[in-house]
Amino acid sequence: MLHKSIKGANERYNVVVIGSGLGGLTSANRLARSGHTVLLLEHHHQLGGLATWFKRKGHIFDVSLHGFPHGMVKTCRKYWNREIMESIVQLKNIVFDNPQFSLTTTFDRQDFTSILINDFKISQATINDFFNTVASMNFYDDQSMSTRELFEKFFPGRDDVHRLLMEPITYANGSTLEDPAITYGIVFSNFMNKGVFTFKGGTDHLIGMMAEELVKNGVTICKNSKVDRIVTEGGKVRGVQVGERFIAADSVVSNSGILNTIYDLTGKDAFPAEFLDKVKTVRVNTSSCQVYIGIKKEETINDIGDLLFVSAAEQFSSDELLDMHTRSRTFSLYYPKTRPAHNRFTVVASMNGRFDDWDRLNESEYNTEKQAMIERTLVNLERYIPGVRQKIDWLEAATPKTIQRYTLHTKGTSFGTKFEGLDISRSIFKAVPGLFHVGSVGIIMSGWLGAINYGVIVANDVDGYIRGL
Amino acid sequence: MTIDEIKKVLLEIIQDIDDEADLENLNPADALRDQLDLDSMDFLDIVMELRKRYQIQIPEADYPQLATLDSCVNYLIPRLKAA
Repeated sequence: MLHKSIKGANERYNVVVIGSGLGGLTSANRLARSGHTVLLLEHHHQLGGLATWFKRKGHIFDVSLHGFPHGMVKTCRKYWNREIMESIVQLKNIVFDNPQFSLTTTFDRQDFTSILINDFKISQATINDFFNTVASMNFYDDQSMSTRELFEKFFPGRDDVHRLLMEPITYANGSTLEDPAITYGIVFSNFMNKGVFTFKGGTDHLIGMMAEELVKNGVTICKNSKVDRIVTEGGKVRGVQVGERFIAADSVVSNSGILNTIYDLTGKDAFPAEFLDKVKTVRVNTSSCQVYIGIKKEETINDIGDLLFVSAAEQFSSDELLDMHTRSRTFSLYYPKTRPAHNRFTVVASMNGRFDDWDRLNESEYNTEKQAMIERTLVNLERYIPGVRQKIDWLEAATPKTIQRYTLHTKGTSFGTKFEGLDISRSIFKAVPGLFHVGSVGIIMSGWLGAINYGVIVANDVDGYIRGL
Repeated sequence: MTIDEIKKVLLEIIQDIDDEADLENLNPADALRDQLDLDSMDFLDIVMELRKRYQIQIPEADYPQLATLDSCVNYLIPRLKAA
């Protein structure tokens, strides 16, 4: 059943899931299907976490539906249903435009190989060697090599090649050239398998189908239900406190941020000192800024590609991408084919960003910077869609502060944590039995596919725990 | 359970995970991963299904022992004796 408040919840469940990001939704679904009683709590009035959308003046804006790897097809068939799987369609025109190169690609191994040979004059043997190296990377492999070192090993001094390989992944998971090469290799290989895909019908349609499936499998969902505290007793999880209500549970899966889960929801006192020492080393990842652009109902725009990686910066640099005044951004184009029944055009520009840059501004500075970001984005978009300014009837921007307001994440992170967060997330139930975490961690367990698959991995841990009680 | 029964259950679980898997031509001594396009997520599904059906807990450290159909069966014989 789907409820609008906590009133719809029973007294006790096998599992309480806090948060309905893709990881939380998937854990809930998997555990319900496996025969457990599951309560899913969401603080917002809408499910989906960062897999979200909002409506303005007849437009529907997708916040994080920019493209995911083909692996999503199998994942959705196995852990959701066929209807969801069958909504997955390919985005065939991925565009790069920067001072070093301009090209259009399907973003798969075959096309990248021919681009690297013909346009970048790299030998077939080097390319094969590189692809085979990244394809064989596992998350438990040695992490001493950085992505920068990986690129230098295969393409020394070729910062144009580094840019082609790195830029999209930086937008996908917030990783930089200094992060472990495995965090790059695993995500890049997933995309290179068959290209970039999206959901026909948009985020709202997907989350709607997921909610239906959850209800069908017996999950109780309560929206507008913010968990104040994860209740522990004798070192074990006992349940959750939601306002006046205590709900008992054998286990709690937090789809809140990992640091929020430890410091805010559970409280330090519940954890052993050695565990807390490790938690102190966890760095939250960076965040994002976006500009949402709605095209008037009677207007159309030409097909300029599905996903554009554009930059005016001479060279690629992770710092330049994170700068408040970055000259690099992606444009996600939503044509009527995205939502066939809706028939509108929208554009979402995404940039990476640092929370602190925006947090230290006073209100008037904040608004001025936001306006300037919108203006830079429009000037940039005019280059690809001349005259677009006259066709727009909605403009709005989001910053890391906006993301923090909706997700409650520490420092508004949109990419979870750096690599060390994965181990904390996976071992939290050893520190406090019955407490589990699912959500973007370790760079690799992020993005739509990473979040859903991690939901399955954590559901297996939870199932093992409950059946062992 | 007998060896044949265990084998039958495993094949049934694999077929549920991948309904297009060609189980007729499976060589029980070779890695399942190479023959059936199973990935690490699929192995997790097998482990979870076995736990659901027979309440057996397979620790992560033992996953390598599930590499082939034969090794799966050998691993499960003592654990499913009473099932």
